[in-house]
Amino acid sequence: MGLFKASEQNQEQEQGTSLWKDAWIKLSKNYLALFGLSILGLLCLVSILTPWIAPYGYEEQNLILGATPPSLAHWLGTDIFGRDMLTRIMYGGRVSLTVGFIATAVALIIGVLWGAIAGFVGGRVDAVMMRIVDIMYALPFMIFIVLLMVVFGRNILLLFLAIGAVEWLTMARIVRSQVMSLRKQEFVEAAHSLGLSQWTIIRRHIIPNTLGPVIVYTTLTIPSVMLLEAFLSFLGLGIQPPQSSWGLLINYGVETMEEYPWLLIFPGVTLSLTLFALNFLGDGLRDALDPRTSKD
Amino acid sequence: MWRFALNRLLQAIPVLLIVISATFMLVHSAPGGPFSAEKSVPPEVIAALEAQYNLDQPLWQQYISYLGDVVQGDFGPSFKYSGRTVNELIAAGIPATAELAFYAMMVALIIGVSAGVAAAMRPNTMQDYVPMSAAMLGICMPSFLLGPLLVLIFGIYLEWLPVSGWGDMPGDKIMPSITLGTGYAAYIARLSRGGMLEVLSQDYIRTARAKGLSERVIIFKHAMRGGLIPVVAFLGPAFAGLLGGSFVVETIFQIPGLGRFYVQAAFNRDYTMILGMTIFFATLIILFNLLSDMLAIWLDPKLRHQARGNN
Amino acid sequence: MALLEVNGLSIYFHSRNGVVKAVDDVSFTVDAGETLAIVGESGSGKSVTCYSLLDLLPKPPAKIEAGTALFDGIDLLSCDAAQMRRFRSNDIAMIFQDPMTSLNPFISIGEQLIEPLIYNEDKSARLSRSDARLRAIELLDEVGIIDSEQRFDCFPHEFSGGMRQRVMIAMALINEPRLLICDEPTTALDVTIQAQILALIKTLQQKRDVAVIFISHDLGVVAGIADKIIVMCEGTVREANDAEGIFYRTEDDYTKKLLAAIPEGAKVMPNRAQVDNPLIKVQNLKTYFRDYSTTPAGHIKAVDGVSLEIQRGEILGLVGESGSGKSTLGRSILQLAPITAGSIHFDSIELNKLSPAKLVPWRRKMQMIFQDPYASLNPRMTVYQTLAEPLLYHSLANAKNIDQQVQQLMDDVGLARINMRKYPHEFSGGQRQRIAIGRAIATKPELIIADEPVSALDVTIQAQILDLILNLVEKHNLTMMFISHDLSVVRYISDRVVVMNKGVIIETGDTEALWADPQQQYTRDLLAAIPLADPKSERLRRLSR
Repeated sequence: MGLFKASEQNQEQEQGTSLWKDAWIKLSKNYLALFGLSILGLLCLVSILTPWIAPYGYEEQNLILGATPPSLAHWLGTDIFGRDMLTRIMYGGRVSLTVGFIATAVALIIGVLWGAIAGFVGGRVDAVMMRIVDIMYALPFMIFIVLLMVVFGRNILLLFLAIGAVEWLTMARIVRSQVMSLRKQEFVEAAHSLGLSQWTIIRRHIIPNTLGPVIVYTTLTIPSVMLLEAFLSFLGLGIQPPQSSWGLLINYGVETMEEYPWLLIFPGVTLSLTLFALNFLGDGLRDALDPRTSKD
Repeated sequence: MWRFALNRLLQAIPVLLIVISATFMLVHSAPGGPFSAEKSVPPEVIAALEAQYNLDQPLWQQYISYLGDVVQGDFGPSFKYSGRTVNELIAAGIPATAELAFYAMMVALIIGVSAGVAAAMRPNTMQDYVPMSAAMLGICMPSFLLGPLLVLIFGIYLEWLPVSGWGDMPGDKIMPSITLGTGYAAYIARLSRGGMLEVLSQDYIRTARAKGLSERVIIFKHAMRGGLIPVVAFLGPAFAGLLGGSFVVETIFQIPGLGRFYVQAAFNRDYTMILGMTIFFATLIILFNLLSDMLAIWLDPKLRHQARGNN
Repeated sequence: MALLEVNGLSIYFHSRNGVVKAVDDVSFTVDAGETLAIVGESGSGKSVTCYSLLDLLPKPPAKIEAGTALFDGIDLLSCDAAQMRRFRSNDIAMIFQDPMTSLNPFISIGEQLIEPLIYNEDKSARLSRSDARLRAIELLDEVGIIDSEQRFDCFPHEFSGGMRQRVMIAMALINEPRLLICDEPTTALDVTIQAQILALIKTLQQKRDVAVIFISHDLGVVAGIADKIIVMCEGTVREANDAEGIFYRTEDDYTKKLLAAIPEGAKVMPNRAQVDNPLIKVQNLKTYFRDYSTTPAGHIKAVDGVSLEIQRGEILGLVGESGSGKSTLGRSILQLAPITAGSIHFDSIELNKLSPAKLVPWRRKMQMIFQDPYASLNPRMTVYQTLAEPLLYHSLANAKNIDQQVQQLMDDVGLARINMRKYPHEFSGGQRQRIAIGRAIATKPELIIADEPVSALDVTIQAQILDLILNLVEKHNLTMMFISHDLSVVRYISDRVVVMNKGVIIETGDTEALWADPQQQYTRDLLAAIPLADPKSERLRRLSR
């Protein structure tokens, strides 16, 4: 289509508002969600740039200095080895966020594939696949992860897999129920009666309509994964020194909280703030993408 | 209903079998073998272990004999605590953990349900915003952070409550129960608000109003049954979560319960203990999931009808 | 003095997007024992008006801006919550549209029935549980619930829709109110059940001398029961008169439009059906669904041995009540539901023997129009995308002429070209149905199966869409199967009619012949249940029963 014709058409046609645009308008009115989004963006940026912008080196000790409260030189104070807390929280954030994103990605891939296949194929395959999900739901995964960590040692890769393996279950259920209900929708039936191929129907009619819930649940999975990682690291069963994560920093902080409370409070506040931001963003996205809150 | 329960219990058997097999294989595939003692273990324990697991025999025979013992409720001797069996250790940990879990659940249910219902009664007002913001705070404040902070404030600075122990000093049960219960209270508050809002928008609530019933009857009689079904269905998973949370809380407050034993066993690489406790926890969790499912079905007359008719 | 006197009632809905005047300066009166019908299309404010009388509107967003509603001289709009509860059930009771959702599924119907008695706000009128039970059982008998003592402890899901509505009526009448508000009480019900419920309301009203406000979108339904009618549109009263005044002597343009929109009488377009030249031939078709939860046999026989032919150029009407299998039959013919046994021939090709890949060229020749214009369009595709998809997929257009082809389709179905880049949620129900029809005719099909295409639409929109369908059938030389529960619509549109019940065909015949002389009792009952949009003949019919 020529440029000239396109511009001519724009004049005579009203541009519609897609549901995505509609959702974005709703989201941009939700200040808490915007706050969450900006905190998340800021954290990602800081994590990526940490090696260049961190005020001190990660391993830089200052045993003479020891633990000091916040000061101009060390904004968030130092730990008992004289290491800068801000630097340590920044490096810990890299690990926490990485675990959060990668384990969520693992959960996303397994869950979407599993749920989509079960929903599309239906029948016996669906029954068997969902029965497996039901059974796995009943298993005490927290305990399994602990067991895994004990047997194979603390290994960050294993941690990704283990956490991802727990979190995919809900994603699979959500995707399946979405696909199932979409398959019964009249517009998908209409697409069938137009003779569209299975793949075209999936690509054009099913996927765009499942994206909303998947996005929402992904946003809500990230904080729960980070929480799980922090929980394991706090118990000493997650991330292993010299690597660090917020959970591990909180663990260290607890040991010395009586004398040096800032070592507990700063990593704790950082973790809580991040969880807050992600949960608000997820809630906001849910409201924005929920068709029931749509204009009509 | 009973047939449904029986059916579910029968289904739980293969699940438990998978759990036992998986844990057994995991422990036995540990690098270097599970019982290659890196520290000095008393010879009589080694001897007992060899007898227990028939270590000289092929793996499948060891597995069969362990399975046989487990079915009879015998988890064998502890690897680290010489002279004590895993059964004894579990029995020693149950009272404290059961009590802690019960109090935490009470905290979660009482605070959670009342906050959620109150919020749903006046959505988008202060009565909604205040408890729901608090709930969000509770979800974002994990127990391993809340516990130490409570200790810091009420135990160390204010010196109102003892910082550790269980049943040794008056008031030492308050902080652990709150620490463990808060997260679930927050989650239950959100669940019950959502469930109640859903129900309150139903046509039959309008019918009840048109009948001239008071708000009290509408909320407690008409709305709560349907609105709290999500909460009831959550009780099973919540119980599993409470067990996991007890790892942290019992460690922080030094409570002699199952959670602390489990974490210690994990650090000590007390394989028999881990194996036994994992199976024990799994059984408990499956049982509680079943109970909460049955409760949810019993509350819904339509499902009750179907469960009676089919399973 | 009138029992209820509403004066200058105005209710606005306040939202972030602005103010909607849902009800604007509405006044009317109802006398004791009288039936007032409020008729209007969706968004006319008829329900909002009545809900405000019992303070059942969600506030916010609703706000009563002005007006009074004097019941026995007391203003319902300004009384406090406790006083309002005293009015509810004791003086004014209400029946709602959907009996499936209006009863609490968690509480037995007996318990729900006695609640107005045992929790009566007027404490002196409270009954003990055992007295309330006796009274409730008595009333259940009166509304026609058989075995009322045993049924007392049953839960709503154990009752059919019609039975639930009877329970609702019993519940409304249990405190002997003086005014009964019925909000579309029969809209969700089958036509035979509708007739029973209407008769029941009328009988009970006369016996108890209750005043009734009857809300409906359907002038036909109210013709037989209303003494007075007010017609509402966009929040205002367009006309208020006695029933005969509205039906026979109206001066108002909108009322005329409503009356004209009621499908009545025979098809006006000529019958274009060819003789003995069937396009579709269905032989002994069976479609069963697996379902282990409700039937012991493990399957539902949705279609159970149906044979029929559709001639080229014919419009075949397929009527049946809910659960008759009419939709499944339509979907089976189009190969959208897997069939259990039998055969379907399109021309000489046996469709059910074709593989999915081989079926594709035949799919182009047969299309479907669905009931729900909200669910039948992909919410994430623009009108342009929806209409261009079949054209491009079947190579009926290329990149050069696609714009022009889509515009042609939009003209065909009466949509302004300016709307081409808009999304479904930006349209009204009628416009969406036009888009869906455009998609169906895009592939230049020979057969269209329309499954209740107008039953979700307002009556004036319904008339427009029916005319559009008739014109398109004529213009594009289509063959059509028109599925509907609404016999008047079927009579208006089809050349021949098939009556279905419980998966089998009851009767087949040319439309007018069938209407004049139905052979089967089931068909006779169906036809007798159609409400006539004519107060005089309705009254005669009731007297003759």
